[in-house]
Amino acid sequence: MNAKERMKIPPVDMPEQDPKERVNNLEEVPLGYTPEMAMLEARRCIQCKTPFCIEGCPVGIDIPGFIKLIEEGDFKGAARKMKERNLLPAVCGRVCPQEEQCQLFCTIGKVRKDPCKSVMIGKLERFIADWDREQGEFEQPPSMKPSGKRVAIIGAGPAGLTVAGDLIKFGHEVIVFEALHRAGGVLVYGIPEFRLPKKIVQYEVDYLEKIGVEFRYDYVIGKTIPVRQIVDDFDAVFVGTGAGLPRFMRVDGENLLGVLSANEYLTRANLMKAYDFPAADTPIVKGKKVITVGGGNVAMDCARTALRMGAERSLIVYRRAEEQMPARLEEIHHAKEEGVEFHLLQNPVRLVGDDKGWIRGAEVIKMELGEPDSSGRRRPVPIEGSEFIENTDALIVAIGNSPNPLVPSCFPDLEVTRWGGIVVNEITGQTSVPGVFAGGDIVLGAATVILAMGHGRRAARAMNLYLSSGRWVDLDSALDLCRAEVH
Amino acid sequence: MYQLLHKEKLGPDIYLYRFRAPDIARYRKPGQFVIVRINENGERIPITIADVDTEEGSITLIIQAVGKTTLQMAQMRKGDSIPTLTGPLGEPTEIEKVGRVLCVGGGIGIAPLYPVARAMKDIGNHVTSILGARSANLIILTDLMREASDELIITTDDGSEGQKGLVTDAIRNLVDDGEKFEQCITMGPPIMMKFVCILTEKLGIPTIVSLNPIMVDGTGMCGCCRVTVGGSIKFACIDGPEFDGHKVDFDELMARLDTYRSEEKNALERYSSHAGCRLDSMSEGGSR
Repeated sequence: MNAKERMKIPPVDMPEQDPKERVNNLEEVPLGYTPEMAMLEARRCIQCKTPFCIEGCPVGIDIPGFIKLIEEGDFKGAARKMKERNLLPAVCGRVCPQEEQCQLFCTIGKVRKDPCKSVMIGKLERFIADWDREQGEFEQPPSMKPSGKRVAIIGAGPAGLTVAGDLIKFGHEVIVFEALHRAGGVLVYGIPEFRLPKKIVQYEVDYLEKIGVEFRYDYVIGKTIPVRQIVDDFDAVFVGTGAGLPRFMRVDGENLLGVLSANEYLTRANLMKAYDFPAADTPIVKGKKVITVGGGNVAMDCARTALRMGAERSLIVYRRAEEQMPARLEEIHHAKEEGVEFHLLQNPVRLVGDDKGWIRGAEVIKMELGEPDSSGRRRPVPIEGSEFIENTDALIVAIGNSPNPLVPSCFPDLEVTRWGGIVVNEITGQTSVPGVFAGGDIVLGAATVILAMGHGRRAARAMNLYLSSGRWVDLDSALDLCRAEVH
Repeated sequence: MYQLLHKEKLGPDIYLYRFRAPDIARYRKPGQFVIVRINENGERIPITIADVDTEEGSITLIIQAVGKTTLQMAQMRKGDSIPTLTGPLGEPTEIEKVGRVLCVGGGIGIAPLYPVARAMKDIGNHVTSILGARSANLIILTDLMREASDELIITTDDGSEGQKGLVTDAIRNLVDDGEKFEQCITMGPPIMMKFVCILTEKLGIPTIVSLNPIMVDGTGMCGCCRVTVGGSIKFACIDGPEFDGHKVDFDELMARLDTYRSEEKNALERYSSHAGCRLDSMSEGGSR
């Protein structure tokens, strides 16, 4: 089949649960490709000589390579190829913003002038990861000679899990310290079941355990053990504690009952299984009408969760216009299909409660778009006198998170930025403390799973070099030299 | 898993638990708390640590059975284990030699107060403690608190032990008698802490309170435990749990503690009818 013929094949849609059905359950929304669908979609890839898609991937997966194997029906080979670069393909295939990464660079999408018409790299990635998991075969990666070095990883989120997986393969002893009772970080407390089934995350964690990574739960570094002791006891440390500090709007009434941060709402619903109350002990605020404030993926997750918790109306209130929403198009699309109402160019200025302290409404001001701000988006400007009361039984604040200050605050020598992020060398992830590396949202602020994994990947390579050479100063240039030698 | 080494009933629905948790015991300081989760479907609840034994590698928690989780704990037996004990969390109490210190504990709040009183005395302060409860059988740790204090006063609402009246009456009496205090620390029901703070503010005694709002993770992630202190939002789990009592909005704290009251009641009723166990206070027709 020549390139022209390949380009004529339309993108293969992934079947999804019917919106009316799925708001009543927690099952995943997209149902996955069949092998036939995947092989057809794989045929759309023209195997570019210079694969730009790989440049768009933060962990550098050999995308045309694994797609070619799918086309040939060699799913095992495709899975192996993907795992060379990505430890969490089942996760990334579901939650990566591919339209801003690999699929943005895809030649097919460029020719068709629409990244949504690119080769469905993410969907293929998910297919092959799911296929591989369902085979249930465990393949021990080629093991390296034990290095005798010990590494501590603080936080079992996407960044920490990636570092763990990479460093164990280099032969180091790896211990992951997790504050919560389950590994996965935002993958288990934040992203809802209907977008990322928890058993998939658990499968990936189990895999890491099988290849030798040790997990210690309920460990809050800086509290359970002083940071200094971790630094002394281990040959290298990676801090991946995430952006777990919720931001609030700082308006009157924000501490009323029924007002929750997105983190609290999602943690109760996901990690603590509040959807199963009273069989599970953790309750959650339920309302007939629920407002979620914000326009990102997290806001979509909250609004869609609210419907599944029984809300009759679920509203997104966002101060900018829809084009400016940071949420993925797919998430906005899914939310709309399920009946989430979008109240755009509106911003709560005050929350109003009843005599028992429960929220009963939000005073909302209408906005219009003014001049572009520092982010390049047109700044929303309040329209004076346009305030009105939007009644509600619950309000979820989903306007972002800041880096979690717990570890940095217990770590006096660790340099942080004004907004609390750990300062690192971008190439190596080295912090101001020798032997200590950092990455993910604790450095980036609230970003994405795959960027955190990319950070983890880079840090792991630098950590490996540091562990084998003992060299801390100019580690970045040493790393460049190593890379030059390899190529 | 964290094994229960010892359990003891201290009063109606009040139990002392000693869990094996050597890592927590090693670095815990007075004023810090743990998050407890008793089974796979369990909720995460914060409990301030009453004591530790570093030799045994254990921590002591004193818990009143008031809801489903705490009632289930009351059914535990020595040797049983729970899946989660996370800590020690929160900022420890600032233990400084300031002179004369007044420690005011109410009911179950006497448990977390004990290590603070002891540390305050050990560092050379003169410690006066007031322990209050509705009735004599709800006063706990009397002997330990007596050891940890230079002077100990007990008050009960019904006069069944010590002075009849409230802890605030006892504070007023002490001050009327010419006693001066550089510092007050109070732990107990929010309503008690509120009135202690109103009084000590009038009397000009700086007062530390330990707050116990609803928490989920206990590490600053969810913001469920937010309290208003001096007009700004603080997270009790990482900024606290201790705050300047004169600046705390107690009315808001008390309202927020009621967020899940009806769900908690339902869960408790379901559990009680299912498991056939009841709270002492239910069977005795108590008011809680």
